[in-house]
Amino acid sequence: MMNASPTLDPSAPIESVSRRREILYFAIRRPKVLVSGAIILLFLGIGIFGPIIRPGDPNAFVGPLGSPPDSTYWFGTTSFGQDVFAQFAYGVRATFLAGFLGGSIAAIIGMIVGFVAGYTGGIVDEVLNMITNIVFVIPTLALLMVVTAYLSARGIVVEALFIGLTSWPWAARAIRAQTFSLASREFVDLARISGVPSPRVIFFEIAPNMSSYLFLTYILLFGGAILIAASLDFIGLGPTEGVSLGLMMYNAVAWGALPLGMWWWFLPPGIGITAVVGSLYVMNVGLDEIFNPRLREM
Amino acid sequence: MGRYFGRKLLIYALTFFVAASIDWMIPRFMPGDPVQSLLSRSHVTPEALPALQAYYENLFGLDKTILTQYANFWVALLHGDLGRSVYLSGTPVTNVIMGALPYTLALLVPAILLSWWAGNKFGAIAARRKVLDNGFLPIGYILTAMPYMWLAIIVAWVFGSVLGILPISGGYSFAMEPSLTLAFFGSLASHWIMPFMSLFLVMFGGWAIGMRNVIIYELDADYSRYLGSLGAPSGLIRRYAYRNALLPQVTGLALQLGVIIAGALVTEIVFGYPGIGKLLLAAVQNQDYFLLQGIFLFIIVGVLIANFLVDIAYVYVDPRTRVGMRGGAA
Repeated sequence: MMNASPTLDPSAPIESVSRRREILYFAIRRPKVLVSGAIILLFLGIGIFGPIIRPGDPNAFVGPLGSPPDSTYWFGTTSFGQDVFAQFAYGVRATFLAGFLGGSIAAIIGMIVGFVAGYTGGIVDEVLNMITNIVFVIPTLALLMVVTAYLSARGIVVEALFIGLTSWPWAARAIRAQTFSLASREFVDLARISGVPSPRVIFFEIAPNMSSYLFLTYILLFGGAILIAASLDFIGLGPTEGVSLGLMMYNAVAWGALPLGMWWWFLPPGIGITAVVGSLYVMNVGLDEIFNPRLREM
Repeated sequence: MGRYFGRKLLIYALTFFVAASIDWMIPRFMPGDPVQSLLSRSHVTPEALPALQAYYENLFGLDKTILTQYANFWVALLHGDLGRSVYLSGTPVTNVIMGALPYTLALLVPAILLSWWAGNKFGAIAARRKVLDNGFLPIGYILTAMPYMWLAIIVAWVFGSVLGILPISGGYSFAMEPSLTLAFFGSLASHWIMPFMSLFLVMFGGWAIGMRNVIIYELDADYSRYLGSLGAPSGLIRRYAYRNALLPQVTGLALQLGVIIAGALVTEIVFGYPGIGKLLLAAVQNQDYFLLQGIFLFIIVGVLIANFLVDIAYVYVDPRTRVGMRGGAA
């Protein structure tokens, strides 16, 4: 990953079709990508269709108190009689939303900072680097807890926005390093000499040549945003309305699911997060092997 | 080397300045009026409200100009005055946090150091060894993908609830008073094991995977191949590769600190361990903003100190930084 300079192929247009086919060829033969992709799709399905199967408020008190899983309540009920499966399905949906929004915002900021710093260099690079380092050192969660505590009404979008605003530095650093090495290549020089404006050079010459790298970065940001959101929810600083997997875990711990042995309450949310984030990580490695032929095992 | 440390210290000083300024800015520039929201949540009679309002406005210094407020904030901060905790009936925030700090450090420091050491060793052993590698890799990825609090919940459930061999909650037995007796230390230790274990496990997975990936890369490097072609034993090549692979792992330690500390906080919450994490939860639940902001500053300072220690360690392990060339982390 450190040395990922996989797709530096200047003569792109003619070969891009065959390259796409090559990626597909290896993708369907790579169990890492297949299995992790299937798991992500499965949970995405739960997040999309689960709330349709169980409409209504997932926090409503509908069933018997604290009963283990059965045919009506697939994941059992909480000690207040809430349907754990309904909470889980809505929580998975919230998890994907937090990952998507938080990861996307972080990716956009990271890309802008990384591209500009790496391509422009000089004083702009120094200043951006300084900012990146400062945001880097401040622990994200510590900052987020102070900020979110003062918001009296929080939504998942606001939460994701703040996560995105604080988790971009490592991506900016990585993208800057890649841009820096690409910026001195001949095809970039040629574009620059021909008078192509800088934004165009960045988006049409540099970015396409590191698209695989950007995609891998995005996957990691997506997973990271999910984990941060879960921790925030667990401290009680998540969305004030609705359900999330972190909040489920918090409630399970707070209302004594551990000493009572109500495993159906605290296992599903953790399994959901672990499966989604773990699949994202494994997919990252698998895709890296596809994009970068040197990592493929012979 | 002077340049290396100078640059680092400048960044740390700037970071502290920015973080402290954010800490000051948030209550004043966030939407809504913090005094009003504090008032609306307080349970006092309507007659007492104006007095309370005056008290809070005085506390925040809202009656002065914004620049004076900012200057006062720094004066107080440099005197170690972080305000008073509302929920612990007016105890100075600094004292409250200092009381919880030893518990958090007792968890964090051994867990970080031991998991780093063991994870690196294990990752280096597992790399390029088919059976070990194939067996460990999935487990490692699952461990790193686990939210800290969930692994803590699982550990608490298995050892505390199902097997019932370790206490689930608290820093020491509720029946005891802190004292210098052997029984009390035994109780401390038995309450310490599970939070330590769950922190250790999550981090162990991360370090082991990191080391495995780096060492595979190092074993492919020219110097390794050259040594191999000279007929050097594979143990020797691995030893050289290991030393080179340690460098990114040292940098990784600094990069991961924020995540690790956040993980320790939520782990403490699961176990009801009386450290900063439990304090944080109480501060959130009781809307104790001074305590919350104090915790924030303490975490920042802790992270900065730890970063600086890592920088010193880096000079020790990477000779290039010592002779003034730019090493990997500069």
